[in-house]
Amino acid sequence: MTGTATKVWALHLGVLAALLAAQFVLPAYHAGNLARIMVLAVYAMGFNIAFGYTGLLSLGHALFFGAGLYGMGMLVALAGWGAGAALVAGIAAGGAMALAVGLLALRTAGVSFMIVTLMFAQAGYLTILYYTPYTRGEEGIVIDRAARVLLGFDLSQDIIRYFAAFALFAAALLVKLALVRSPFGRVMVAMRENEERSRMLGYDPFRIKLAALVVSGIYAGAAGAAYGLLFGYVGASFASIQYSILPLLYVLLGGAGTVLGPFLGAVLMFYLIDLASGITTAHLLVVGVALLVLVLFAPKGILGALRDRGLKWLP
Amino acid sequence: MTSRLIGLTPSRRTVLGGLAASGAALALPARFASAQSAAPIKLGFQLHRTGIGAAYGRWYERTAQAALTLVNEAGGINGRPVEILFEDDGTDPKRGAEVMEKFASQSNCDAVFGALFSHVVVGTAPRAGELKMPYLVCSEGHHVASGKMNRWTLQPGITDVKSQVQAMAPWISSTLGKKVTMIFPDYAFGHDHRDAFVPAIQAAGGEVIEQIAIPPTETSFTRYLPRIPSDTEVIYHVMVGPAVLTFVKELGEFYGSGDRPQIFGFIDSLEAVNIASPGLEFLEGTHFWEGHCRYLQEDAGEHEATYRAAVGVDDTGASLADAKDVSTYAHMFSVWETLFILKAGMEAAGYQGPADRQKLVEAIEAMTDMPYGIEHPQGAKTFNGKTHQVFGLQYISKVEGGKLVKVHTTSPEDGMYPDEADYTSMSF
Amino acid sequence: MSAVLALTAVGLALVFGVMRVVNVAHGEFFMLGAVAAWFVTTWIPGPPAVGFIAALVLCPLLVASVAALADTLVLKRLNYDPDATIVATIGLLYILQQAALSLYGPDARPVEAPFTLRVQFPWFGYSGYKLAVIAAAAVILAGVWLLLARTKIGLVMRATQIDRETARAFGINVDRVYAGVFALGAGLAAVAAVLIVPIQQAHYLMGHDPLLLSFIVVIIGGLGSLRGTLVAALLIGLSDGVISVFFSPTLAKILATLFVALVLVFRPQGLMGRRAA
Repeated sequence: MTGTATKVWALHLGVLAALLAAQFVLPAYHAGNLARIMVLAVYAMGFNIAFGYTGLLSLGHALFFGAGLYGMGMLVALAGWGAGAALVAGIAAGGAMALAVGLLALRTAGVSFMIVTLMFAQAGYLTILYYTPYTRGEEGIVIDRAARVLLGFDLSQDIIRYFAAFALFAAALLVKLALVRSPFGRVMVAMRENEERSRMLGYDPFRIKLAALVVSGIYAGAAGAAYGLLFGYVGASFASIQYSILPLLYVLLGGAGTVLGPFLGAVLMFYLIDLASGITTAHLLVVGVALLVLVLFAPKGILGALRDRGLKWLP
Repeated sequence: MTSRLIGLTPSRRTVLGGLAASGAALALPARFASAQSAAPIKLGFQLHRTGIGAAYGRWYERTAQAALTLVNEAGGINGRPVEILFEDDGTDPKRGAEVMEKFASQSNCDAVFGALFSHVVVGTAPRAGELKMPYLVCSEGHHVASGKMNRWTLQPGITDVKSQVQAMAPWISSTLGKKVTMIFPDYAFGHDHRDAFVPAIQAAGGEVIEQIAIPPTETSFTRYLPRIPSDTEVIYHVMVGPAVLTFVKELGEFYGSGDRPQIFGFIDSLEAVNIASPGLEFLEGTHFWEGHCRYLQEDAGEHEATYRAAVGVDDTGASLADAKDVSTYAHMFSVWETLFILKAGMEAAGYQGPADRQKLVEAIEAMTDMPYGIEHPQGAKTFNGKTHQVFGLQYISKVEGGKLVKVHTTSPEDGMYPDEADYTSMSF
Repeated sequence: MSAVLALTAVGLALVFGVMRVVNVAHGEFFMLGAVAAWFVTTWIPGPPAVGFIAALVLCPLLVASVAALADTLVLKRLNYDPDATIVATIGLLYILQQAALSLYGPDARPVEAPFTLRVQFPWFGYSGYKLAVIAAAAVILAGVWLLLARTKIGLVMRATQIDRETARAFGINVDRVYAGVFALGAGLAAVAAVLIVPIQQAHYLMGHDPLLLSFIVVIIGGLGSLRGTLVAALLIGLSDGVISVFFSPTLAKILATLFVALVLVFRPQGLMGRRAA
């Protein structure tokens, strides 16, 4: 087991080291992309905790992302809060929203759970539009550059933005790694695999699922709040249904139930669209075909397929 | 090559356009010879190729190509040829910001223009400011003049919605009626209309007696129509998106052939849609705001024919190649005019390369009068360097015999309002 | 509106109920039907009614064959694994949208109604065509119900739904059934689209709204329960309208959405479903 643990930590710390170095090696354009991808990967990691590990397929995670984004954004724009306090508030908003949704939605399971979360997210999206006088609805608002200063660092600077995104990503990755390797993480997986049996073993499925969902919401909220602060824009499109499906795609592409899968999926999806739109005007077609090919030949995602073919230790 | 460069891609239209441009360059090397550097000036174009803005995007691309050909035929900018890199933003603010980064960091463009939809503009503008990239938007939103953008974001090609709406009020009140019911989408664009129109119509002696805000997810409107008060004299509607046709048809079904109030709408509702479509007969006799008259008017200016031929539009506003393909004529002039403003700005600034981007912004801020001409085929305009917003003439047309006929041209004062911002006092 | 919604939703309910597959591309089949209707009515000369009837026959067939093809080429190979089918149908969604955008263009285009008759009530007018749509939808739904309840095909479908393995043991070609169900579901969406296109116009992004709505309808109604799906379609169509009388329309949408979610939370089996989802 210790050999496995070494390999696991080596791999993840290696990935983090590579990302840290990437800022100095990569051209500005790709470094900028990577900053954005890391933030979105945190969102996808949160989704993965609910879906990949605990088996909760939510179609409403945009609500948690949106709660983080608007929780932070509204406080900065309307109440004049500083970036640090607003960031914390955004993260809390994501978790609180997940708690509220979970208390209701976790009474259902399977497809009903998908639809209930979808509905709650849709209601959240419409609420943002309803308060257009404050939120500017779909048009969104700009977070003032002066307000985007965290602990004295100006987040609108490329290098600082990269390291802020990296810090968030690294923290999220390590916490997640520790989480899934902890006893609680095994209980989450047990819940996915066989809820009845875990109940008989004395676990309370509702509380475990709720806890997983809240952690997932905190991740999504953190990603949302960070996105708004790093890129200066808060808009309703981030709370729409597309942004609920996005992390699902990332996770399924990279490999559900793997720690690095969401990041890999986010990188792939980003460059798939970016490169395809450079080659052809019909880039949606390329993306569609690529998805079909991937799902046909690696239905468990890329890391899922690797895990099946030998890398059994992959967390 | 990850961006689409004109003349290097397999699209026939592009190749032809590009060949024409480079043909001109080859044939007349002397034209470009005076420049210190013969390297082309690169402009990024945020294009709504997919997503909800696609109907506009297609025509914005064609208009930009046409203007580009003209600019290059006349010797380019500062003696250098010009290239436009088109990149799809999916009409999405996140992708819009990414495209901006691509233009700035990867392609090293000299300036970026073309975005129409407000949420793309607002989502991209912060990045434009951080990357110090002149960002010339063609969106008619009020966000630029409201002071919420930054020093690098300008709207010199089209009047903003606040000014447009305000300019309509005196005419509506004096010609159509005093009691107005507004029907608008319940999001920022609709709210802009409401916020600008309600005070404007009051100032003109009328009043808004009912406001019906329709959720943007709605696809049928029948149930909202009974909320129109029976003493309404004018219905003011502004709907966007593909559900617009449904809206007009259902309005027609609601009133039938009996008495109905006067109806005034923004052509945004029916851009890229043939006015003579089945179901739209109801629009006969109603009025529209038009940024630029879709049907060729009898009193059209001297450059109208040249402009139409260049962008490939016939006398009815449809594509020369396919009469079913109706243009977004009331808005797309903004792309054309913006390119010529870039040219004028770069020439005034003695623009040499990306290091001169700040000088370019300052040169555009210094602009004021933009007289009617082939560079400004929609009409004369005045640019306000402080608010980064241009103000121009608006047109009101009536549907007569399935065509839009101009009945009124606003005066420049109708659309003026006090400055809400001063960008020139902000840092770069 | 409810009638058309019911048609679309029944298509999804079939796919869902029998195959246990979440078809994210269902709305795109709807869109494809509408776009195809525009092509058919434009190409066929003569009065609008002729073109429309041709569209009503041809479009569902076309869409159904696209769906059958997708099923055989992709979904079958995935063994209908739920996660994988979601990704696959999202891929399909992109492909169909791009196809419509490239071949049809980004504009919304109207199709002429086969007849224009306006029913004038004392206080407002109503389109006669809309009433005809409701009637047509009712007839088709009755047909689907008969197919499922009274014919051998229906029996085979229900058998497959209840137990795939046993059905196979009894010599039923499960693959064929699945392809057929998938095609039938898509075909129904296409019929709904052709019926609605004279009211709503064809547009390449139009698949989004019916997809969301029909998802809701299917779940509220109870999985695989046709009767429940119908009641739910009516209920949702009406609840939205009733609430919007009292509140601002957007607030009404929010409340209606939350209401639907809460129905699900407290009655997870749906209104008419016989067993838990």
